Amino acid sequence: METLLDPLFRIPLAAGLLLALVLPLLGAALMLRDEWLAALGLAHMAAAGALAGLAAGAPAVAGGLAAALGGGAAKGLLKVRGNIAYAFMILGGWSALLLIAANTGVGDALGRALIEGQLYFAGPVDLAAALLLALVAAAALPRLLPRLLRARLFPQHETANRLPAWRWHLGFDLLAAAGIAAATATLGLMGAFALVLVPAWCAFRLAPGWRWALLLAALTGAGAYLAAFALALRLDQPFAPVLVAILLVAAAATPLSGLRR
Amino acid sequence: MGSDRLLTITDLRAGWQRPVIGPLSLALERGEVVGLWGANGSGKSTLLAAVADGARIFAGRIERAPGLTLAVQPQAPVRLPRLPVTGRELLRAAGADAHGLPDRLVSALDRRIDRFSGGQYQLLCVWAALRGNADLVLLDEPTNNLDPAHEALLADMLSRDAADRGVLVVSHERPFLERTCGRILEVDR
Repeated sequence: METLLDPLFRIPLAAGLLLALVLPLLGAALMLRDEWLAALGLAHMAAAGALAGLAAGAPAVAGGLAAALGGGAAKGLLKVRGNIAYAFMILGGWSALLLIAANTGVGDALGRALIEGQLYFAGPVDLAAALLLALVAAAALPRLLPRLLRARLFPQHETANRLPAWRWHLGFDLLAAAGIAAATATLGLMGAFALVLVPAWCAFRLAPGWRWALLLAALTGAGAYLAAFALALRLDQPFAPVLVAILLVAAAATPLSGLRR
Repeated sequence: MGSDRLLTITDLRAGWQRPVIGPLSLALERGEVVGLWGANGSGKSTLLAAVADGARIFAGRIERAPGLTLAVQPQAPVRLPRLPVTGRELLRAAGADAHGLPDRLVSALDRRIDRFSGGQYQLLCVWAALRGNADLVLLDEPTNNLDPAHEALLADMLSRDAADRGVLVVSHERPFLERTCGRILEVDR
């Protein structure tokens, strides 16, 4: 508890906690759309963008946001659905990330930092990005999630009623891209991916309904994050691998079959 | 188009890569339940898809009443192997209420839909289509997965509040259409 309340770590703690609450909600919507690979694809794009931004003298979060939003917008405008778009983003982001790291002054060390996460160095810019994301998500998700749920369960509804569905599908794509970009810059590539994927995966197996699934996913993400934050500091370990390990333990504790009938 | 006319189909030829149905004409008024009957492959489902803007129109036209809202129930409703959504939440997502829902479904409403039987889920989806705010409901083989008891419930659902909407039902089960529809259109290629 003392570690969590240390003034030195308040900004990183708050920035990460906001992300740990929002990312699992985005993950639940991505899993609903069968697009869970989005997290890894957008995280790779964000990591490459962050590194390119740093090489150009811009904040990591700005470069990451630009790249991930570009990827999300391209996917939305090209009307590509499913995991295939994100598989290509993974390949493109990974290639760009390593090539930028190898050919610019920012070098391997910063590239590694984006992969491992640099939460304890998160500053006011990262906190502001996380806070903005949380506010936008709080305003947008209550409107977007029912539409996404209806689109998934009744896919002909939007076309049959000639609805401007592209608005909310693109809106969600951009929100997911922004969230994953902000998380990649602070929690690292795999940390962001794990926070999107694992809490939602657990919640889809355990929750008795959709609202419970969202609540359970957010609580799992926040709980795992706080445990990882304290444990990584106490044991002097890199944050993201500890977070991923804790989330994997949570997943292993989730019965594979979920609740019985 | 008359004030209660929901849909007018005139000399329609529709399909996917090439026409599979038509030429066909049909008018549907509010309060009507119209059955489409024909052999497998006769293009019944393609006709519904064309009305729902899903299939390609090669000739003729489909006119909808201004502001018409549609509910579409496909042959195989979307059913994910794992989805933490209750029956009540599915109805809410469809904009439908549970008032008057058959007892068999009421008792299952708070259960996850991935734990519904095939028949229960089919019936719940049809209820969602009928009890939403749609003026025109398109049902494609709604008797799929239904045992005789569930089929009787489906017939009862179709007759309830029938004056509020129009329904176009595709089925290969002629007795079911004769029991539930005001008129039946035979579809042949």
